[in-house]
Amino acid sequence: MSAAQWRKAMNSGTSIRAGVPASAAARPAQPALVDPYAHSDAPQWLKFLWRRLSARHVFVAAFVLLFPFFATPFVTFQIGAQSLALGLIALSLTFLGGYGGMVSLAQMTVAGIAGYVMAILGTSGTALSLGWPWWVVLPFAFAIAVASAVLIGWLSARTEGIYTIMITLAMGVAFYYLALQNYDIFNGFQGFQRVAPPTVFGVNWRAPLPFYFLVLFWALAGYFLVKHVIRTPFGIALQGIRDNPRRMNALGYSVVTHRVAAHALAGVIAATGGVLMVWYNGLITPGSVSTSWLINILVIAVLGGMKHPIGPFLGAIAFVLLQTFAIDLIDRERFNLLIGGVFLAIVLCSPDGLLGLWSRAKARLGSGQASSPMRSTHPDTNRRRQP
Amino acid sequence: MTKAQRLALWILVGGPIAVFSLWAMVDNTRLYFVTLLNGLTLGSLYFIVASGFTLVFGLMRNVNLAHGSLYLLGGYVGFTVGERTGWWIVAVAAGFAAAALAGLLIQLLILRRMQGQELRQTLVTIGLSIMIADVLIWAYTGQVHQLEAPGPLQGPLRGIPIINAYSAFRLSLLAMGIAIGVGLWLLLNRTRVGMMIRAGVDDRGMLAASGVNVNRVFAITFALGAGLAGLGGVIGAVELSMVPGEDTRLLLASLIVVIVGGMGSVVGAAIGAAILGLAETYGLAYAPTYSVVLTFVILILVLAFRPRGIMGKAA
Repeated sequence: MSAAQWRKAMNSGTSIRAGVPASAAARPAQPALVDPYAHSDAPQWLKFLWRRLSARHVFVAAFVLLFPFFATPFVTFQIGAQSLALGLIALSLTFLGGYGGMVSLAQMTVAGIAGYVMAILGTSGTALSLGWPWWVVLPFAFAIAVASAVLIGWLSARTEGIYTIMITLAMGVAFYYLALQNYDIFNGFQGFQRVAPPTVFGVNWRAPLPFYFLVLFWALAGYFLVKHVIRTPFGIALQGIRDNPRRMNALGYSVVTHRVAAHALAGVIAATGGVLMVWYNGLITPGSVSTSWLINILVIAVLGGMKHPIGPFLGAIAFVLLQTFAIDLIDRERFNLLIGGVFLAIVLCSPDGLLGLWSRAKARLGSGQASSPMRSTHPDTNRRRQP
Repeated sequence: MTKAQRLALWILVGGPIAVFSLWAMVDNTRLYFVTLLNGLTLGSLYFIVASGFTLVFGLMRNVNLAHGSLYLLGGYVGFTVGERTGWWIVAVAAGFAAAALAGLLIQLLILRRMQGQELRQTLVTIGLSIMIADVLIWAYTGQVHQLEAPGPLQGPLRGIPIINAYSAFRLSLLAMGIAIGVGLWLLLNRTRVGMMIRAGVDDRGMLAASGVNVNRVFAITFALGAGLAGLGGVIGAVELSMVPGEDTRLLLASLIVVIVGGMGSVVGAAIGAAILGLAETYGLAYAPTYSVVLTFVILILVLAFRPRGIMGKAA
């Protein structure tokens, strides 16, 4: 497939288009207020906060920090922590897909590899585990997961566009079968049970509240990491490669190197999510890296929208809520039908996921002038820019 | 590639295989040849399923990730019809028809609305595969369904040198694979529709410009590709049995076959299917828990040397 065809596909697909991060595009329209710090000699960070923060940021921050104190431990742990950890894994896919133009289905595999390393080298209820202390195991988990992410990236970066999905899916499913069939290392179908987070500083990190804040910390870290990286020269080059690899190649950028580096960075994020997911579940089995989970991560990322790093977290919350409460709506067994239907509806009706719905609703509600981030980067306006 | 490089590649790849074959033949001749036959018959099932996948991909640039689900659908429908009528050939026809109809509906109702948006089409097929798999579990539960082989092909075939006896159905599978391969070749190279499909693979825009109804060609191809998956499903229902999860397995097989063989090429699918079938069965026979690793190594080697697959052409 030629680059032009792929570009066309991505234009109308789920990629984001802005060379400028979406939030930056939205900003200038907002503050009709006068900047009270403009001429004062207030500290830098105060100025920075005043210019960057809006009401919704404060609201969201207050909500995520305070809600565990009102909610039941079940909600904190099952919904709060789980959706943040899943969101972190999906964030790595959003980074790759939204900013790198590479939809990789193997992100759950990378996360699963990190989780497996934690279980194999660290402590678990299985005799196969080596029982090393957690601070030795963690670097290994990250190193091995990132190494596999680089391998996956290197293999898939040599191909274009739609092939990436096929190759990453093939590699992800291959790892699933390896973990399923191999009893010497991966303990086969059983996997590893009782993989618990360590007790550090006298805190039991498995308890709902500490675990929630642990996950929240890393989720925020991942979110701001992605927000930062997309504005660095590397991030801009990556977005250039997403839009037109040939031109970037002609400008002297190494396409494959950038793509592999993006996979490595996404691998770090996915590995973080993977370690947290193992601690959350307390176990890792081949089921954790099965095809349905590979696809669930894609569902989460697409559900939320791939145009902004907040998307995967929104998608994860929707996914976890559906998963938890589907039992009240329909038969527990039919969850896949529901999530498949929701996913299909989202792909058919709103290619930008929940974020797309949100911005469309915002545009509909009269504020035609306010530049919604999605509108300025709408595919149609972009197609005209194509040569 | 220069002549020396090609020779080096042959030695590098062929050498270990030849050494292994020699060792295995001396070690246990019967096991070696039974595994060879197992590999080829499994490969021919893979070929039947993957040829549909590669056909659709070649023409429409659409990775139909619901292909495995269509396989499962064909298998279950074939099972039901086979149980009711007792005619295996009717079951095959029913499986083919059911999957082809499902494929036609997917193409007409959904994929046509988003022509040229390959990524979105792929995502849609993922959603569909989740739903089809779940509906099938709903209808057929998670139990194992196995269709009986047709009368004349039941039981083993005796009196073959070295291996003594071998399942007649599996052996006939080899013939079926070859028949379908030849049939596809004739269809693609000797008929008008085949000509249009080949032209579409090379240049869709030009085909449309020369007055061919591309939408109809797309619909026919998609139905044919889906039907081949369903046909494979009925065969698989006899050979492998039907359980939820087989869809993933066959989807993975199809993916690897077309990645290794080259996308959009039926000959490539045949080569890829033979390689995958052999690698899987030899892996299972000689290194049971690492057979997937062998497949994966092949995938890596092919991608490293030929990123577009063995028969793949540069886009």
